[in-house]
Amino acid sequence: MAPILEVKNLFKNYGATEVLKDINVSIEEGDFLVLVGPSGCGKSTLLNCIAGLEPISGGELFIGGQNMTNVSPKDRDIAMVFQSYALYPTMTVAKNITFGMKVRGIDQATQDAKLKQVAAQLQIEPLLHRKPGQLSGGQRQRVAMGRALVRDPKLFLFDEPLSNLDAKLRVEMRTEIKALHQNLGASMVYVTHDQIEAMTLATKIVVMKGGIIQQIGSPAEIYNRPANLFVADFMGSPAMNLIPAKTRRDNGGTVIEIARKEGDPIVLTDPKNADLPEDVILGVRPEDIADPASRTRDDAQVAECVIDIVEPAGADTYVVMQLGGKHVTARLHAETTAKAGVAQPLAFDLGKVSYFAPETGQRLN
Amino acid sequence: MTDISHTRSPSMARNQSPTVKLVLRVVLYILLGLFALFYLMPLFVMITTSLKSLDEIRTGDLISLPREVTLDAWKTAWATACTGIQCEGVRPFFWNSVLIAIPAVMISTLVGALNGYVVAQWRFKGANIFFALMLFGCFIPFQVVLLPMARVLGIMGIAGTIPGLIFVHVIYGLGFTTLFFRNYYVSIPDELTKAAKVDGAGFFRIFWSIFLPLSLPIIVVTVIWQFTQIWNDFLFGVSFSQAGTQPVTVALNNIVNSTTGVKEYNVDMAAAIIAALPTLLVYVVAGKYFIRGLTAGSVKG
Ligand SMILES: Nc1ncnc2c1ncn2[C@@H]1O[C@H](COP(=O)(O)OP(=O)(O)O)[C@@H](O)[C@H]1O
Ligand SMILES: [Mg+2]
Repeated sequence: MAPILEVKNLFKNYGATEVLKDINVSIEEGDFLVLVGPSGCGKSTLLNCIAGLEPISGGELFIGGQNMTNVSPKDRDIAMVFQSYALYPTMTVAKNITFGMKVRGIDQATQDAKLKQVAAQLQIEPLLHRKPGQLSGGQRQRVAMGRALVRDPKLFLFDEPLSNLDAKLRVEMRTEIKALHQNLGASMVYVTHDQIEAMTLATKIVVMKGGIIQQIGSPAEIYNRPANLFVADFMGSPAMNLIPAKTRRDNGGTVIEIARKEGDPIVLTDPKNADLPEDVILGVRPEDIADPASRTRDDAQVAECVIDIVEPAGADTYVVMQLGGKHVTARLHAETTAKAGVAQPLAFDLGKVSYFAPETGQRLN
Repeated sequence: MTDISHTRSPSMARNQSPTVKLVLRVVLYILLGLFALFYLMPLFVMITTSLKSLDEIRTGDLISLPREVTLDAWKTAWATACTGIQCEGVRPFFWNSVLIAIPAVMISTLVGALNGYVVAQWRFKGANIFFALMLFGCFIPFQVVLLPMARVLGIMGIAGTIPGLIFVHVIYGLGFTTLFFRNYYVSIPDELTKAAKVDGAGFFRIFWSIFLPLSLPIIVVTVIWQFTQIWNDFLFGVSFSQAGTQPVTVALNNIVNSTTGVKEYNVDMAAAIIAALPTLLVYVVAGKYFIRGLTAGSVKG
């Protein structure tokens, strides 16, 4: 089957400024694609290009196997939810939801039936006769979703739909959107700058920076095997530790040395015996530096480090120390005895370690 | 007027004793009253004079109330006063003005709304230059366009006609109406247009179903502005009309200037009030929307 969405060599310029450079991405039916990246990296522009709201400067775009490069938004069989919700201010909720059907000349009976169904699905029946101005942020968000759902399109597009909600509501709606995706089996493209949202929702993530795709992959791939330093730093919270280190070959194994603030460097061996240049940046997730006691893995290597800061976070306690001249975070048990200023044995699990070239920032292993 | 008390800084008021506050309040109202009196004086003189007989005007005081109220001057001004050789009062000219102003206001407002919508929401290539030229049009003095306009009207074959005057007022008003609507529509987030496009609506559908319903405040502002401009216009009226199509302002001038012998001040005053009445009325009816529309932001949420 043809991919539901295929973007080929897409470029977008505003005058002389290149906003999107050579974008290639495709998704299958039922995929939940999340475009994630810092603000200003071109996510909304890409989404607008997919919707046909912005003309593209180069490349091609297919939806459902059809070339849609020069097709107007209304004929692309898409629905879109906007960051500001963009509800029509003078229309009631019901009219907002049915406007698209009305414009397309769908008969009143069908309109009513679909409105009823969507209103029930999103639990907004009591709001149908209100104007958008009389709704809370969360309610507006639901109505905007309703307006998209009622259209039953090939492809849903979301532009940061949760970013205007407060933290608690955002988490609730996130779960609801995920449930919606599972129940409908619909194909979605979702833009966010929030990497947690990206990780929780996506079946496929596109990480962007400065109009260029940095990596495409499943959430697990992105998390475990970031393609470069930018992705490693951007995805995950607390962020991956990126520690400058030296490597050498020793007895056929790869040895890694990390400078400590005081005393000798920490010496670790790479479990996979990777072939590495002398200078590398070591990428270790905080959860891979843990209490020695909590680790059953054989390849965890224990080293002592002086703790600078202890940050209890409820379920876990994060400790910060200095390694290779950088702050490094480790994730310990909530009951840990670690104290600031005291040396603490820590187990380094290099099973999922990433290595990056310091000059290019690209992944080495 | 009622808002005056709220605009005074609360921290100032807090430091004052109740008596000082009261005194200040009284002084304020006296001052406001004096200003109001000053501004209302001419209107007062006009109204009282128009209700007096000529005899009383000649013998009496300018600011005294009429001893005997008579509507004769109003009847004369409306139906029989002479505007040159014709003696039918301002009535036919009043209707000319109505026939000019209403279509001209409607057309210039609607086209201005469309222009503003295009410039603000459909930024086509050259939209900025288009808008800059439109703005420039607002600042071209009337006198400059007189001769070219006369020529254009001649070529179009509508010189000296009411459609000709409507045309002139629409053209001259478009700069302003476009400016008003454009400034109102730029504050409307463009995601609204995008949402409607995805929903399948086209250019006119979006204008009609989404933008126009949002526009009541700015429509009121534009209508008041345009109506006042067009109704009060004298120069275009006198330049581009002929006997029978002159607007009321031109007729008023003719009444005042063409009386021979005794000046009938009461008739002049009555005619002037009649000529000014529609704009006064529009402002009284819709004035509060005018102020609100000028200051209001457009869309919330
Ligand atoms: N209409 C426009 N004209 C010029 N530059 C634009 C326009 N729209 C967006 N940009 C630029 O394109 C870049 C990407 O914008 P956007 O896609 O909105 O970013 P994001 O949604 O990732 O925050 C930004 O640097 C922005 O300044
Ligand atoms: Mg954006």
